[in-house]
Amino acid sequence: MRREFLDNEDHCCTVRDLAKSYRSGRGTKATTVQANAGISLEVRRGEVFGLLGPNGAGKSTLVRQLTGLLRPDSGSIDILGHDIVRHPERASRLLAYLGQESTALDELTVSLAVETTARLRGLGQAQARDARDAVLTELALEPIADRTLGRLSGGQRRLACFATALVGERPLLVLDEPTTGMDPVARRAVWAAVDRRRAASGTTVLLVTHNVIEAETVLDRVAVVDEGRVIACDTPGGLKALVDGDVRLDLVWREEAPVGLPLIAELAGRAVMAGRRWTVRADPDQARDLVAQVTAGPAFAALDDFSLSTPSLEDVYLLLGGRHEGLAK
Amino acid sequence: MTVTATAAPTRPAPVPAALAPSAALLPSLGAVYRAQLSRARVARIPLLFVATFQSLGIMVMMRGVVGTGPGDAGAARDVVAGSSVLVVAFVALNLLAQYFGRLRASGGLDHYATLPVPAASVVLGTAAAYASFTVPGVLVTAAVGCTLFTLAWVHLWILVLVVPLSGAALAGVGAACGLLANRQEIATLLGQLGMSAALLLGVLPASHMPQGIQWMRDLLPSTYAVDALARTFAARPDWSAVGLDLAVCAAVGVVSLALSTWAYRRAATRT
Repeated sequence: MRREFLDNEDHCCTVRDLAKSYRSGRGTKATTVQANAGISLEVRRGEVFGLLGPNGAGKSTLVRQLTGLLRPDSGSIDILGHDIVRHPERASRLLAYLGQESTALDELTVSLAVETTARLRGLGQAQARDARDAVLTELALEPIADRTLGRLSGGQRRLACFATALVGERPLLVLDEPTTGMDPVARRAVWAAVDRRRAASGTTVLLVTHNVIEAETVLDRVAVVDEGRVIACDTPGGLKALVDGDVRLDLVWREEAPVGLPLIAELAGRAVMAGRRWTVRADPDQARDLVAQVTAGPAFAALDDFSLSTPSLEDVYLLLGGRHEGLAK
Repeated sequence: MTVTATAAPTRPAPVPAALAPSAALLPSLGAVYRAQLSRARVARIPLLFVATFQSLGIMVMMRGVVGTGPGDAGAARDVVAGSSVLVVAFVALNLLAQYFGRLRASGGLDHYATLPVPAASVVLGTAAAYASFTVPGVLVTAAVGCTLFTLAWVHLWILVLVVPLSGAALAGVGAACGLLANRQEIATLLGQLGMSAALLLGVLPASHMPQGIQWMRDLLPSTYAVDALARTFAARPDWSAVGLDLAVCAAVGVVSLALSTWAYRRAATRT
């Protein structure tokens, strides 16, 4: 195994056949849930690598294993040449983790939360203060530096937590939905900060996300995870090529869809429905024809909105046969 | 189907990478303590005031039952000492159990568990902060109690030992309850029960209790802090007995903080 790791010198993180199952429920009703069922992936140094998948797909379990919080039943994790399954305590010295919860920091001021985290990452007092000042300036958090995290808006709190992940620099950042609730300005600040670290020190980013739009713009490569497995792994462009040629037609009905009309009844058979929204995949000519028919015919009166769009990662996910209707929460 | 990425063009990169330094015990303990202490600014009412008001209320109530004459001297000492230590039990045991219970249930422990910091510095730093939150409340309660029951102030300096030692013992128990409970409600329940036991068995004069209750009282770590403080209200305190009581607090503190450090490790990396 050691040899294999040495062969992959440009890999920041190599995961092989990771499996974890746990028992759910009690007594005779207990069932075994497979949280990951043989995940393998390689994250290259300096890239922004995404984990995309619905709730319960096994992303969080994988992240907990990478960060040394959870021991897998079998499989191996190598981060920058260190065996994390055997030495989980080394993870905190190799990576910075931004989880979804901020309860440990909620009653601290932004400034103290960042400084304390820096201290706990092993920085001396003066270093920690310098790191704190630098990151607060970088993320434009100075105006709210003395405010308590718990009293900030969701997006501001998230940005403050992101700041805690940046101090005491690590070669790998594991970010679990870092931009949830952020406005576009804060999102830009996050990705600019990530880019600066990639350019300056080749920092690698492992990003867990639900946000398909963001994933398409910031990720170098993405692994689509479903039912504890990686069902596809490529660049966003490479994955989108899988659905090449098809476009997506979204129809939003005012109230009930007019299924009495033959055209709409036929569409109902192939549309993915989410409330009043129907999504149909078709080749461009057929989609154009469908739009013409729907907008010119009697169905138009029942239509609230429609759109034609080029394929997204979400379409890829649906094509790959994920068991869920989509990636949106 | 399992898909893995294809091999990438080789870039020179050294492996294995150097590990960043870990945080040392004392500096990280100091950082946790300072951060926790600052929470008093935000949560001042629950952390600083509620316990004090409760203890003052109990003393006023007990003043209606226990007089200031020589016959009631022993009972008056127990009431004032019990009410003072109750502040410690409320904050260090009850509130700390709730805090760790909440942190564990919400996944907040992950923040600390993914930092290269010794478990002991998180537990001891937090416990020390909660013990510190009790200082103003204990001082106010003891001072008001001495006035209310006309007790001597002379030996109140013993609080310099009683607060940290009872704080260590009760915060250790509180932290262990919060970290061992598998549900947040259980942590809250354990904290409340511990505080109620300290209230009922600590404030009410032991001499008025049946034998069985006295044995239960002996099992509570707060009892020894109450007895140590109560003994110092005497004209000639039995200092060796005071020392023994405080030694019990210290021993319980060592054991319970070690237990809670173990419980923290277990909770932080639970499967």
